[in-house]
Amino acid sequence: MQVLIPTSLRSYTGRSRVEAIGSTLGEVLADLERRFPGICFRMVDEQDRIRPHMRVFVDGRAIQDLAQSLQPTDDVSIVQALSGG
Amino acid sequence: MARTSVQPAARKPVPAPAARRGSPSSPPRRLVLLVATRKGAWLFHGDAKRKTWQVDGPHFLGHIVSHLQLDPRDGRTLLAAARTGHLGPTVFRSTNLGRSWKEAAQPPAFAKAPEGVAPRAVDHTFWLTPGHSGERDTWYAGTSPQGLFRSVDGGVSWMPFPSINDDPRYREWMGTVQDGTPDGPKLHSIIVDPRNAAHLYFAMSGGGVHESADGGRSWAPLVKGLEVVEGFDPLNITFHDPHVVRLCPSNPDRLYQQNHCGIYRIDRPAERWLRIGSRMPKRTGDIGFPLVVHPRDDDIVWVFPMDGTTVWPRTSPQGRPAAYMTRNGGKTWQRLDTGLPESQAWWTVKRQAMTADAQDPVGLYFGTTSGELWMSRDEGARWSCVARHLPEIYAVEVAELA
Repeated sequence: MQVLIPTSLRSYTGRSRVEAIGSTLGEVLADLERRFPGICFRMVDEQDRIRPHMRVFVDGRAIQDLAQSLQPTDDVSIVQALSGG
Repeated sequence: MARTSVQPAARKPVPAPAARRGSPSSPPRRLVLLVATRKGAWLFHGDAKRKTWQVDGPHFLGHIVSHLQLDPRDGRTLLAAARTGHLGPTVFRSTNLGRSWKEAAQPPAFAKAPEGVAPRAVDHTFWLTPGHSGERDTWYAGTSPQGLFRSVDGGVSWMPFPSINDDPRYREWMGTVQDGTPDGPKLHSIIVDPRNAAHLYFAMSGGGVHESADGGRSWAPLVKGLEVVEGFDPLNITFHDPHVVRLCPSNPDRLYQQNHCGIYRIDRPAERWLRIGSRMPKRTGDIGFPLVVHPRDDDIVWVFPMDGTTVWPRTSPQGRPAAYMTRNGGKTWQRLDTGLPESQAWWTVKRQAMTADAQDPVGLYFGTTSGELWMSRDEGARWSCVARHLPEIYAVEVAELA
């Protein structure tokens, strides 16, 4: 499936959209980690929780559970809440 | 790279540096200032006289860099503790003085919490300490929330200390995130005894000072003599708030501490800290963040007081920034403000943002949360501004290049 990568993480991927494989969100992130080492820990903490300012949308629906199941045709967007100062 | 000139203040008679114990330093080496800020890191390369500084940066623009250190064992490897506002934390490493960086393969991260234990995630690595001179590639890291980590491969991978991170007693002493400082409670001031790599100290903002004699397998608190905020029980380790602890390179049995509740000194094997800050002028007080020790004279210490009255502004007392120096282990203190603004200057210097080089006379350097970098080439007698308009400065280190 296609995954949109947030701008802050494009230093890992070199591009804004990448292919990834997995039947759950967790598996997709693990696949991204295999291809772009280090990227997963920037999004998911050591207790397997999605970090506070990361948002994941699948076909427009917000998901927060790494166990959420995904289809190969799903469109996954990883976005950052870009508040700051 | 832009060139920044240091403008010396108008000349006034300056006191001669005190007689030194220990041998004088060797001919001056090139220095680099390592400035970590809330929005990136900057290096400033000094000429041999410490008069002009070439700026190199920004590195990691937009990243929160808590600490930037050069490995004293090779004079070349840089480690930067960094996170962005939203991404998870990491440590970057450069072996070419910042031309390129590589991220740690395994950054500091807590272990998975067992059932029934509150899980924690490292928010950021706060403090980096190079390991003992005889243990090349060893580094220590202190995190927020409080955690202690070690790398033995030059900062590529980091292992936790379960003796601290997962120990029920230490977890209790760490308190909760609510007890902590605005950016979160921190583990800091990791110290390696230069005589013995297995002898370690660290401190926690909320959690006190601790010591190990066995390389970190076991630890014991070292808080006797320290005061806590009135109303709190000093027997409860959680309520101890050391801001920074420093060991004297010339006398590793002597440590100084700037605490939330004053300036202290301890001479091992004594177990009790002595509040030397009570000798500071009352109008200024002995509250502050940073503390810097002289590389060769264990009686000489510099602090940068801040206003800790009423609501704790943490700005320069009366709006008049100054460093204070003792030459006699804290018996008397001298104000050093020549060249600094004389009024309406409400500065804060964070605990890692003041440092000293090892040259003769000693050079002092500090950075403010308002983004100014200042230095003195004569142990604080006169100050001049190296750079302005930087983001909020978190840490300033000075290192000798290989």
